[in-house]
Amino acid sequence: MNRRDFFTCHVADKSRPAASLGPGYYSNGVFRTHENKPVRFYDDLIKGKISIINFMYASCDKYCPRSIACLTKLQDLLGDHLGRDMFMYSFTLKPDEDTPAKLAAYAKGNGARPGWLFLTGSEYDLTSIRFKLFRLDDPLLDFSVDIHASMLRIINDNNSRWTSWVLPDPPRLIREAVSWVEPTKPFAVRVRENAELQAAIDKESVISAPKRAEFKRAHGWPEITAKYENPDGMKKLQTLFHAGA
Amino acid sequence: MSKIKQENRKSARPQDGSGWSRRTMLKASAAAGVVTMLTSRKTLAQSLPPIPTQPPDCAAPAPTNSPATTPFVQALPIPPVAIPTILNPFPTLAADTANGEAARANHQDWFQFFPLLQYNVSVQPTMHQFHPQIPPTYCWGYNGIYPGPTFLNIYGVPVVVRFHNNLPVDNIGFGDNNHTTHLHNGHTASESDGFAGDYWSPGLFKDHHYPNVYAGFNEFPPLGDQLEAQHTYWYHDHRHSFTATNNYRGINGMYLIYDDIDTGFEFPGQGPQALRLPGPYGIYDIPLNFTDKLFCANGEMFATAPDAVPGGTDKFCVNGAIQPYFNVQTRKYRFRFLNSGPARIWTFNLSDNNGNPVPMTVVTTDGNLLPSPVEVISTSSVPTLTGLTVYVSQRYDVIIDFTNATPGTSWYLTNVAAQFVGNAPEPEPAPGVNIGNVVMAFNITGPPPSPDQSQVPEVLTTLPNISKPMANLFGTRVWNFNDDVVGAEGDPANPTGKVFNVNGLTFDPNRADATVQQGSSETWLIRNRFPGTGWTHPVHIHLEEGRVLDRRNITVNPTTGVITINSQGVPPLEQGRRDVYPILPNDEVLIFLQFRDWFGKYMIHCHNLGHEDGLMLVRWDVTTGPSSTVTSPVYSDGTPNTGNGQVNSGAQPNITPALTALAPTFNLNPPGTSKLNRPGLKGSKKGVKA
Repeated sequence: MNRRDFFTCHVADKSRPAASLGPGYYSNGVFRTHENKPVRFYDDLIKGKISIINFMYASCDKYCPRSIACLTKLQDLLGDHLGRDMFMYSFTLKPDEDTPAKLAAYAKGNGARPGWLFLTGSEYDLTSIRFKLFRLDDPLLDFSVDIHASMLRIINDNNSRWTSWVLPDPPRLIREAVSWVEPTKPFAVRVRENAELQAAIDKESVISAPKRAEFKRAHGWPEITAKYENPDGMKKLQTLFHAGA
Repeated sequence: MSKIKQENRKSARPQDGSGWSRRTMLKASAAAGVVTMLTSRKTLAQSLPPIPTQPPDCAAPAPTNSPATTPFVQALPIPPVAIPTILNPFPTLAADTANGEAARANHQDWFQFFPLLQYNVSVQPTMHQFHPQIPPTYCWGYNGIYPGPTFLNIYGVPVVVRFHNNLPVDNIGFGDNNHTTHLHNGHTASESDGFAGDYWSPGLFKDHHYPNVYAGFNEFPPLGDQLEAQHTYWYHDHRHSFTATNNYRGINGMYLIYDDIDTGFEFPGQGPQALRLPGPYGIYDIPLNFTDKLFCANGEMFATAPDAVPGGTDKFCVNGAIQPYFNVQTRKYRFRFLNSGPARIWTFNLSDNNGNPVPMTVVTTDGNLLPSPVEVISTSSVPTLTGLTVYVSQRYDVIIDFTNATPGTSWYLTNVAAQFVGNAPEPEPAPGVNIGNVVMAFNITGPPPSPDQSQVPEVLTTLPNISKPMANLFGTRVWNFNDDVVGAEGDPANPTGKVFNVNGLTFDPNRADATVQQGSSETWLIRNRFPGTGWTHPVHIHLEEGRVLDRRNITVNPTTGVITINSQGVPPLEQGRRDVYPILPNDEVLIFLQFRDWFGKYMIHCHNLGHEDGLMLVRWDVTTGPSSTVTSPVYSDGTPNTGNGQVNSGAQPNITPALTALAPTFNLNPPGTSKLNRPGLKGSKKGVKA
């Protein structure tokens, strides 16, 4: 962190969300995008946005291709949120290799839409944010390069909510994880979604319930019609309550 | 004594239905009246500040230490007992979504075990003071208290608990306002099991049906096989990806079930089958919920990130109090040890006022009675009995006998496990113990007002005969708990690169990675991937308790590279039934499980809450059959599972041929112990249609 960063980190900034952890937490180092634009980590990438962050490198041929392919599909699920209030950032693990030009080609090759940035920067800044976002307190993990291709961090700066997911995985699961850092939906919407979920469960039960009933009959499970009343147990419970409470 | 008792129990149980007379009950009530506790809590609550709408900021910079606190200045809080109520709207078989109930499948066997009692529980924010020297802390808790109220129940009294989610709608910082509750490890139907993907949002509620029956109630109607009794449970938040933060916020509590063997009372005349362990609850039967936290100067709990909690911290809390004291009389007590996480592994030692080790007598493991009590002490020649090591979510009921203690002195419970987050506990190198490692003090006050009538019988229970169902075995299912990083660089056997996974898979709430046929039994091999990172995984399996058949350690010869699997047998504290199976690095454990009574989705997962949130969690289903033999089916939306662990499990086929012959050393049924009278309670088939 240079001297300017030191000051900007600790100066109150009215444009920043009240709940934000701020640049003092996230750091504010300068990175360069695949469009060769300089950006500050907190001010330009995190502040007031939902950020979906992973690490990769262009020459990675083992884990990254599947992880990046998964993110390519995620773009479509984010719809017009991408580039508006949601942004995807893929930071390089090998800044020596990955120049902005190389990352631009990589972005194009993977069909990255506006709002998905590939970033490089100084080794120090990259490692700082990698440790800030993905640290597992295990040297084997924290210093392994490849393991980071499987980790995805999701941050909403507006309410300081974080979550994470793994790559590659079905994009619908990642989209759902992104929704957990979004503000809670209005109650009416959640009630409607709950009713939809219930309808799906009921539809499934129509298939499974007869199978279960058939299984019980076939295996001679006792068919119990009367409920099991246990006045004696109730009495004992009463005693326990008297004793304990 | 024990022989006689055993005989008595066999002969007397059928005649002695309840074992409870009016006289004994009156006695119990009188004894209870002597001690009025749980009232101090109310006065404390009154002095607490109002609950803020959002947690206060932890002042920067991040603390490395909590504020200093003086140990043993506050009394051990005893969680109050949950009180039944009448629910409005009345609980229903199908989810009452019109009135705000969260979506769920219909309750299974709802009318058969129609709830005789109803409870109303609200999950809500609260202020809780962990220590007089630390300002009150913003917490979440059941009914607004931490730890949550203790449920006291009796086998055969089905209940329904309504969990209202009253967490803040726009929550800031760590913890998630979606909630689901798991009763660990209740024999409950899937829709009441608190499946990690079935969380509900603020403003909704969900009814959980806890029938309080023994496993196997279709085979042994009406209440199941009493040998499957489990007595110490805990209930906690299980919302996936946020279990660690939500539990750190305080969403957990205890749930105890008694029956006519473990009655909760110690007085004689309850029938010869009664064990008469120290009791009752809150007086001589004391829950100890251990957790550790890091506090900021303003009292706010510190989280390392908005979705992560510190793995090893500096303040040891018991029932929500930092380093409390507990006044004891010179007699026996039953303590219910619970490690509620998030990650710490505790090794407890008990020492008297002179620093001499004192034995602790373990009577239950994960709430299941041991065949006979096992003594642990800090200086034992048997390594597994040196100190009491409690992994996350494990429970031990421990009898501590203060009879010969000197009034006016104190005994100390100490944690001697050096903490490397999530790793195997390591013994403290130096013999001296730091005061910070003393978890709590027992202040010996004097003789009890009435003589100690409790006892610790030499025979506590017999174990269910599992040699017979062995014929049903479909085979051995292998669960590799991997942390795939060591071999990451160019390891062809490691295709996913996912940090936490089981058989190469991570959690998808819509995909079952194994299906098990209802009414079957299997052996499961749970393995910490070799070579691993050095993390320990306390593995938990929902639905039924298992029996450890063998523990094995895997070693590799450094020169030849030959891998050897060394059988280590079953350690004394795993001779009984368990529901959490810790696997240390390079360990594997072979267990026996049955899948009875309920259908639906359940889980196997690492109970280190951080690992669990890292998706080291697998859904498996109990179905009408047949059992699956592979781990990697397609997703529920029909797409093939590409990020799979096929290479991993290819080397270790997920299902192996049935273990038809086990070595006699597995000791499935210890000779010389007879079974309890099977039909169990009342021996009737009341309610059963012929």
